[in-house]
Amino acid sequence: MNRRDALARVALLMGGAVIGADYFLTGCSPASSDKDKAQTKDGNSASNFKALDTKQQAYLDEVGDTILPATKTPGAKAARVGSFMAVMVRDSYKPADQEIFTKGLSQLEEASQKLNGKGFMESTPAQRTALLTALDTEQKNYAKTKTPEQPNHYFRMIKELTLLGYFTSEVGATQALRYLPVPGKYVGDYPYKKGDRAWATT
Amino acid sequence: MEKYTYDAIVIGSGISGGMAAKELTEKGLKTIMLERGRNIEHIKDYVNANKAPWEYEHRGGKTQQMLADYPVLGRDYTLNETNLDYWVNEKDSPYVEVKPFDWFRGYHVGGRSLMWGRQSYRLSDYDFEANAKDGIAVDWPIRYKDLAPWYSHAEKFAGISGNRDGLPQLPDGDYMPPMEMNIVEKDVAARIKKHYKDRHMVIGRTANITKPHNNRVNCQYRNKCWLGCPFGAYFSTQSATLPAAVATGNLTLRPFSIVTRILYDKDTKRAKGVEILDAETNKTYEYYAKVIFLNASALNSAWVLMNSATDVWPGGLGSSSGELGHNVMDHHFRAGAHGEMPGYEDKYVYGRRANGIYVPRFRNLFGDKRDYIRGFGYQGSAGREGWSREIPEMSIGGEFKDALSEPGNWTMGLTGFGETLPYHDNRISLDKTKKDKWGLPVLAMDVSIRDNEQKMRVDMMQDAKEMLEIAGLQNVKTYNNGYNPGGGIHEMGTARMGRDPKTSVLNQYNQVWDAPNVYVTDGAAMTSAACQNPSLTYMALTARAVDHAVSELKKQNV
Repeated sequence: MNRRDALARVALLMGGAVIGADYFLTGCSPASSDKDKAQTKDGNSASNFKALDTKQQAYLDEVGDTILPATKTPGAKAARVGSFMAVMVRDSYKPADQEIFTKGLSQLEEASQKLNGKGFMESTPAQRTALLTALDTEQKNYAKTKTPEQPNHYFRMIKELTLLGYFTSEVGATQALRYLPVPGKYVGDYPYKKGDRAWATT
Repeated sequence: MEKYTYDAIVIGSGISGGMAAKELTEKGLKTIMLERGRNIEHIKDYVNANKAPWEYEHRGGKTQQMLADYPVLGRDYTLNETNLDYWVNEKDSPYVEVKPFDWFRGYHVGGRSLMWGRQSYRLSDYDFEANAKDGIAVDWPIRYKDLAPWYSHAEKFAGISGNRDGLPQLPDGDYMPPMEMNIVEKDVAARIKKHYKDRHMVIGRTANITKPHNNRVNCQYRNKCWLGCPFGAYFSTQSATLPAAVATGNLTLRPFSIVTRILYDKDTKRAKGVEILDAETNKTYEYYAKVIFLNASALNSAWVLMNSATDVWPGGLGSSSGELGHNVMDHHFRAGAHGEMPGYEDKYVYGRRANGIYVPRFRNLFGDKRDYIRGFGYQGSAGREGWSREIPEMSIGGEFKDALSEPGNWTMGLTGFGETLPYHDNRISLDKTKKDKWGLPVLAMDVSIRDNEQKMRVDMMQDAKEMLEIAGLQNVKTYNNGYNPGGGIHEMGTARMGRDPKTSVLNQYNQVWDAPNVYVTDGAAMTSAACQNPSLTYMALTARAVDHAVSELKKQNV
């Protein structure tokens, strides 16, 4: 990203500021450490964070694949979004958000039991979709009144990292989108018809 | 103590230092270019230049560790995973913020010429005459006609692509073919032209070549310039000035050389050389030369002067005027507007243009009069939204994914870059209580923008909104994301040029009044900031000063 892109773009993902260490320029003032303290019980929970294990990553692959399933192009699981989420939560999230994310996996499982009477992994594709659609509605409603000081919603985090992980992956950038390593020219009036894929950016 | 003698010494290897080295060596002077940081070799050391987005562990984003290691850089887009090695290590090289000040530095061969934004504009006489007309600060000692041939000289060598737009406030130069506006930008430009007499939207003039030039390949529209370009398509020390200087056989490049002071000879009233600290070994060396070009970047050039000849002037070489380190300027920005352009669903672009549009200054010109002085220009671009957009009516699933895989609406944004006035009390000074990794005193920044700039920022938002709406954009929203001095990465003014040694540090040829064989030709020399991106002006000032230095050497005047 260069400065012009950064300035021209309102750096939002799904209509809101990116959670964690901002991926794009947000243009907002950097989050203060006070904010972290407000969200964290002991202010030192970094040491309590346990990186997501392979089982959790496999679980997140399935969740991601429900958010972005295979269509005419591969889904999020093919882009291995589970392991990407593990890296981002470990490295880019603040301690308070790490805690929300980790807890969120249990909350998602509980919600699955409640709605479908079984765990997410045991659910049918239709049950999974019903569950995550409900959770997305929940996070969208929460976002409507959420102030910056209030904790983030775990499903918003999962969805956001799924999108980020998918569309910047090789699978996402070259199959769902079109990636041109060396365009060689610029055409400012290029034809587009519905269904043409978007360009993957740098 | 080891001693070495050259004809010329250049301190710093960025945009202006590289240009000084090229010009000096081409005129036959044996020259040593001293760079405080490591070497970065053209192409070979651009380690990420050919990486795909998915090859970065965090896909180019930030981590908490990076934010902890680079607290200043982390204030803006500058902190990212793709070119982290090009930014200064903040723990090794701290500074003091008396008031908030963003200082984004590159300590390596090439300096910020590797990461710069490449927008290249001439100043006009509206700028050179501004201080005199407004009765503020001091008058520039030069006018446009003095610099015009040197602008041409710099443009022809650097390779600036641009259109000759015939605007008096933005003089045309010697350009390569311009890049293209996209379809929406073209229509917006036409509507602005139709509605306003004195407002224009033009294609950006950028130091990206659009046809082959001096063994450099033309721009390939990857828009990855700041990783270092394997095609050499944008102007940098590495792609342009360094190879030219090396080709003469007259250049010695010495990385890891922190110049600690200029050695001043009281008897001859000239500088005789410099003292350096080897950044790796901590050993001290002295280099001698007839002429010295100081191009360490605006703030660090002032730092070198402040540390020099302190036995004669306690405030350092050039401090007799009382202006050294004062009049710090930058361009204030991060205010403007953006909106959505309806229609154009059957239009898209091909390629990633490393350039945008430019709206030259229109305020306080041609009879316009505001409640502030000077003005601002806009940079921006139009494009279709990508996968990160919100689709409110959709939730999750295949349809959602396929929708995000297609481009969204056209949007366009404008960001103002405003002129900052030269205030005497906007200053930097040495803080001797705080030391860097090498035990050297650090700079303390005491700089703020004032009423004139704050009033201008209101126009930067409102004018952008009005122009976008007139051009047919909808849901236009203004923004002011705040600004810390330094954030424009256009630091200027700390050793200004002038007509009087009592009120300026440099004369009309960029010579230090108190040591005429020392030339300062980076941003420090600027008497006013104008609102145009300044690097091309440094190139032109540098080439002009070298021409003067060499002719004075021949006459044995320096």
